[in-house]
Amino acid sequence: MTKVFGSLVANDRVDLSIAKGEIHALLGENGAGKSTFVKMLFGSLEPNAGTIRWKGEAQAITSPSMARQLGIGMVFQHFSLFEALTAAENIALALDRSTPIAQIAESARKLSRDYGLPLDPHSLVGDLSVGERQRIEIIRCLLQKPELIILDEPTSVLTPQEADKLFETLERLRDEGKSILYISHRLEEVKRLCDRATVLRHGKVVDHCNPRDETAASLARMMVGEEVQAVSRPDHAGGDGEALLDIRGLSRPAATPFSVPLRNIDLSVRAGQVIGIAGVAGNGQGEFFEAVSGEVRQPEAGAVRIRGTDAGQLSISARRKLGAGFVPEERLGHGAAPGLPLSQNLLLSRHATDSRTYLGPLGTVRYGALTAGARRIVQEMDVRKSGEDPEAAALSGGNLQKFIIGRELDRRPAVMVVNQPTWGVDAGAAARIRQSLIELARSGSAVLVISQDLDELFEMSDAIAVMHNGTLSSPVPIAEATYESVGLLMGGAEPGHKATAHAEGL
Amino acid sequence: MLEAILLTVATAATPLLLAAIGELVVERSGVLNLGVEGMMLIGAVTGFGVALSTGSPWLGALAAIIAGSAFSLLFGFLTLTLVTNQVATGLALTLLGIGLSGQIGEAFVGMPGVRMGAISIPGLSSLPYVGKLFFGQDPLFYVSIALTAATAWFLFRTRAGLTLRAVGDSHGSAHALGIKVIGIRYLAVMFGGGCAGLAGAYLSLAYTPQWVENMTAGRGWIALALVVFASWRPWRVLAGAYLFGAITILQLHIQAISLNELGFLPAPLFWIAELVKSVPSQFLSSLPYLATVVVLVLISRNRRLTMMNTPASLGRPFVPDR
Repeated sequence: MTKVFGSLVANDRVDLSIAKGEIHALLGENGAGKSTFVKMLFGSLEPNAGTIRWKGEAQAITSPSMARQLGIGMVFQHFSLFEALTAAENIALALDRSTPIAQIAESARKLSRDYGLPLDPHSLVGDLSVGERQRIEIIRCLLQKPELIILDEPTSVLTPQEADKLFETLERLRDEGKSILYISHRLEEVKRLCDRATVLRHGKVVDHCNPRDETAASLARMMVGEEVQAVSRPDHAGGDGEALLDIRGLSRPAATPFSVPLRNIDLSVRAGQVIGIAGVAGNGQGEFFEAVSGEVRQPEAGAVRIRGTDAGQLSISARRKLGAGFVPEERLGHGAAPGLPLSQNLLLSRHATDSRTYLGPLGTVRYGALTAGARRIVQEMDVRKSGEDPEAAALSGGNLQKFIIGRELDRRPAVMVVNQPTWGVDAGAAARIRQSLIELARSGSAVLVISQDLDELFEMSDAIAVMHNGTLSSPVPIAEATYESVGLLMGGAEPGHKATAHAEGL
Repeated sequence: MLEAILLTVATAATPLLLAAIGELVVERSGVLNLGVEGMMLIGAVTGFGVALSTGSPWLGALAAIIAGSAFSLLFGFLTLTLVTNQVATGLALTLLGIGLSGQIGEAFVGMPGVRMGAISIPGLSSLPYVGKLFFGQDPLFYVSIALTAATAWFLFRTRAGLTLRAVGDSHGSAHALGIKVIGIRYLAVMFGGGCAGLAGAYLSLAYTPQWVENMTAGRGWIALALVVFASWRPWRVLAGAYLFGAITILQLHIQAISLNELGFLPAPLFWIAELVKSVPSQFLSSLPYLATVVVLVLISRNRRLTMMNTPASLGRPFVPDR
């Protein structure tokens, strides 16, 4: 299969075969062409060349409904549920026109019970957690009685326990004789679950292998094409540093029906420390970041203290002037203005703190200083780009993220708050970003990292706190933390954390 | 007197309701068409002209529906196929509709029109008080009520309606499931155009059977506002349209009546009437707008319900990736 977007060859003669009753992994870095490949298989993208043989017969799959008719089902990573509709309505939309909705609700309930995936067909999707939404996707897919099921990065939004549950379901489906194409970049779960693997890099097949015969390191080498440097975290003396970021009793009502209220959050980040915040997506991390960074101000000035100053009512720029740096989750549109060159994006976050350097009298812009500053950051963080000063949108996700993080690090901020530092960033760049954040902390700053990636948090943090349904657990020192204990907290298992909290929103 | 007032309320509300129901369906599919005023004018002038030359108000109404639909197809082609900005294109459609209808209607100015008569059911229509109100109005009044019921049923009780709401909620997800987003939006836009055309024809055939340039007088904009303030729900649109119609008629009566005629009222009521009459007429004229907004804001103060009903893709351009 070959697919070309403009000058980019997203898939270059990719070959792959899946047997009956097999779980086949499609491995690759972000941007390696995995999603493009499955979209062609599912009929939502048109291949430029290549053939698909389904049960021995060549088929041109021209639409998702045709793929479904053939017996191919897909569980999407995101973008395929309707928030304003109920679970049953969401399922009905993907099924045959003739089935009445009432009947769909009943068969969905039955199927969800059979597979141990509890689901209320009449709940609104907008009220559900990400894990529950995925259950809808899976049940919707199973109701179509597919013979091949495609799962696109299914565990990226689950707690370790939820992921285990999913693996059981998948193994059971395999034993029933269904074929599964499993897309992931998480090596451990591929080794555990999959019978065969196809590795993609830059749109080309690098190798077919049996993941059980490989090590995580050898699989990583195949995906990345070079050895990935391990992140080193030198020992830190511990909690004797000054608390540079101090959050006391931070609460915030829900701004929209689908957002999470924050409840009485306490957290101190001391000089020299990296604190990680784990949690399943959509448990209030975004709301928390907004409150800490000053995107949304707090009524209580003392709720957020930066270097001993009450900052709850201050703007982002004022908080930056106190020595804080912030990196939001969305790179384009939030972290950087997509249509502006890197040098001007530098000015956007530094105009208040470094006005002497980058602004002249009357607020005129010193382009020379900006270009030099951007060049320094590009060198420091090894940002790969085309052209001298390209637009932010022209960089790949990983390189733009390196620039945005580098833009803050360049100031040596005393307090650094980062939301999802390496989301969608390739392994090499991710290692570099993590290493630089650890080094910043060891040089005497306080670093707070919010992430959904547990591996990343265990690699970087001195202590991990877990956010669940708008509350934050007390930080667990890394020496005492295990995947299991953190995973349980992510699912809400702690006194004060209610596992059934979603029902409260109804 | 009361019966007469209620009858005029219905005639004031019907064109708003017709146009707003059409726009509701369009917006539920995720498209914002600000050209309602223009499409109404095209419908009004076409309806008037066809009724005049054929002598049949029914053919006039039919022609108005077709003309409104065809005119909205222009909007559909620009925004859905060429992916132009919906707000700008809708405004352009209104301006084009004003100009075009004025040009076409130049010959009709001052000509007597063909009236679409009220229906009459022997026995029922002559019932005291309720007879004329329920059984003796013009046919389009009944069409507008039936259309509201049918739209509510279609949107929330049928599969096709579910598909339409899904497209308006998230066109990306709908596309991923293999739903034909663009095709559904074309149909919705054309339905909206047809309804706006009929609403225009109501003005030039039933409300005042004549053609006056720009005779919709902003009703298209009211219809647009009604849809939003009614949180995209058909029965609330009906409530809003009738509230607006009622206060329009009421304030006209207040402006027209003189205090001398109210001498029979007991003193406290008379004082209230005096107070009301002392309000400047400009304020009274703005009352329908004010009251409708206030009431509809109050009934949609449940933010959760409003968010649930707001088409999340409204006005966002959609380009399928193939």
